[in-house]
Amino acid sequence: MSAAAAPPQSQSGRIWSRFRRHRLALAGGFVVALLLASALFAPLLAPQDPTLLDTALRFRPPFADWHFPLGTDELGRDTLSRLLWGGRVSLTVGLVAMITTVMTGALIGITAGFIGGFVDTLLMRFVDTMLCFPQVFLLLVVAAFVPPTLLSISLIIGLTSWMEVSRIVRAEILNLKEQDFVAAARALGASRTRIMFRELLPNAAAPILVAATLKVASAVLMESYISYLGYGVQPPLASWGNMLTNAQGYFDTVPWLAILPGVAITLTVMGFNFLGDGLRDALDPRLRMDP
Amino acid sequence: MIGFIAKRLLQAVPLLIGVSLIGFGLMHLAPGGPLAIYTLNPTIQVQDIERIKVIFGLDQPLHIQYVKWATGIFSGNWGYTFFGGRPVLDVILERVPATLLLMGSALSVAIVLGLSVGVLGAVKRYSVFDVLATTGALFALSFPTFWFGLMAIFVFAIELRWLPSGGMWELGEEGNLLSLLRHLVLPTMVLALVITATWSRYSRSAFLEVMHQDFMRTARAKGVPPGARLLRHAFPNAAKPLIALLGVELPFLFSGALVAETIFGWPGMGRLFVDALSMKEYPVLMGMMMFTAIFVIIGNLLADIAIALIDPRVRLS
Repeated sequence: MSAAAAPPQSQSGRIWSRFRRHRLALAGGFVVALLLASALFAPLLAPQDPTLLDTALRFRPPFADWHFPLGTDELGRDTLSRLLWGGRVSLTVGLVAMITTVMTGALIGITAGFIGGFVDTLLMRFVDTMLCFPQVFLLLVVAAFVPPTLLSISLIIGLTSWMEVSRIVRAEILNLKEQDFVAAARALGASRTRIMFRELLPNAAAPILVAATLKVASAVLMESYISYLGYGVQPPLASWGNMLTNAQGYFDTVPWLAILPGVAITLTVMGFNFLGDGLRDALDPRLRMDP
Repeated sequence: MIGFIAKRLLQAVPLLIGVSLIGFGLMHLAPGGPLAIYTLNPTIQVQDIERIKVIFGLDQPLHIQYVKWATGIFSGNWGYTFFGGRPVLDVILERVPATLLLMGSALSVAIVLGLSVGVLGAVKRYSVFDVLATTGALFALSFPTFWFGLMAIFVFAIELRWLPSGGMWELGEEGNLLSLLRHLVLPTMVLALVITATWSRYSRSAFLEVMHQDFMRTARAKGVPPGARLLRHAFPNAAKPLIALLGVELPFLFSGALVAETIFGWPGMGRLFVDALSMKEYPVLMGMMMFTAIFVIIGNLLADIAIALIDPRVRLS
């Protein structure tokens, strides 16, 4: 890190200037903002109804007709509208799954780290056990047996990916609980739950925020994969994953149907990954991949 | 050393018990239970379901079923498939070689490529190559593997017609090594993409950590040439986190193999898993969960032992 002679800055000013130097993170943040906006305003932006069938208009190529800017699929549905509405679905699942992951992981991590002893051992052995299963296996087994709704898919993804978060939070709490401000809170008569959630948790916010950002990326990836296999978001509701399933059958003649949803998934995952990486560098230089 | 191995083995026991409890619990807590395929089928009569329950021992209390199943796992009786009534362990074992071949070839590619890129990046830190490599790795980690596989099929099998789009052999060419290699290229490429990225990131930071330590300066001061410094001094010290990575990565490798196998119709365990999923073959699914988890536990155990072998500090602490 360069030791540029900078004027004294506030904490948030320092974080912002570190983040701004990370050009890929800025680009990631921009892409994420754009995607969130397009998902939010999908009903206004989409030129057509994403479920409107018209077999007379099948397989329109992209950029040929401004009624269907990105062409139409095998049932004559507008691809752009389906991408926009599918993004709404994929991002919703990604965000709800991330919230589930972070809440479960933080709760288990903080309990294990703060209480310690037998509870810690038991919880951490549980984490070790869960980590023995390949996540895709765990995810698919549960997804195949639970009727797929947006909520159930999000919960399943969230509940099979919280383990790393709990380890990160626990390590942070072990570090923090020896510090003076915790002793001070205790001396002032703060209850255990107050110390856990009002004193320790806010101080562990930085690594949690980084993990949360990266978890959105992996949740979007997981959703698209299980939807692609048919255990996720069910048609006629569009998701980027199930758009790929349909497109696969017309691969050799109309490849753009498979290319477009894939590009959307890749952009989203990259956006969140770059953003998370930049946040890690900005919030906590100790955690950098680059020592 | 023997004491260290014994301690590690003992630590694996609660993990095995935990893994079997979760695997068993998942199947029985699932809506519809393990017989969902029958109970949800309107053409099957209630008395038939009762009969099937008795045959598979599903009428007994849960804890008895668990003990029976778990002791079976450790004595080689993994139950029988619903369709065809074949022993589950046999069904799984016959798929293992294909998956190990795919995982092995992808891992070799990833280690050779990832390690070279990572080490080069660490040696020439902040060079154009290093920046490109670290950015490229982050890009690779963000690719949806299954989509990358579909695109690879589109480009190399459909457009260019260089490589077959799936399967393990050409029809009638079973056992032909050349045919096998041609079929192996695309799935290996897809599986290796993400692992290579991980390896380059980890080896870069492992070498950077080592390269600025005192013993490296000493080696340089006494005139050890750069190549030997890297190989004899830096490598053994940087190897530890990389061996650990080998163990930690195993579940991801299985997940990745499942994805690659479903895309390319590779007849391995991942393919078996997805097929069993669509037929709700719960004895196979439960067996697969157990098999991969035991494999992961053993892999981590071996990684720990390897680390203790090269670093006496670990085994003595």
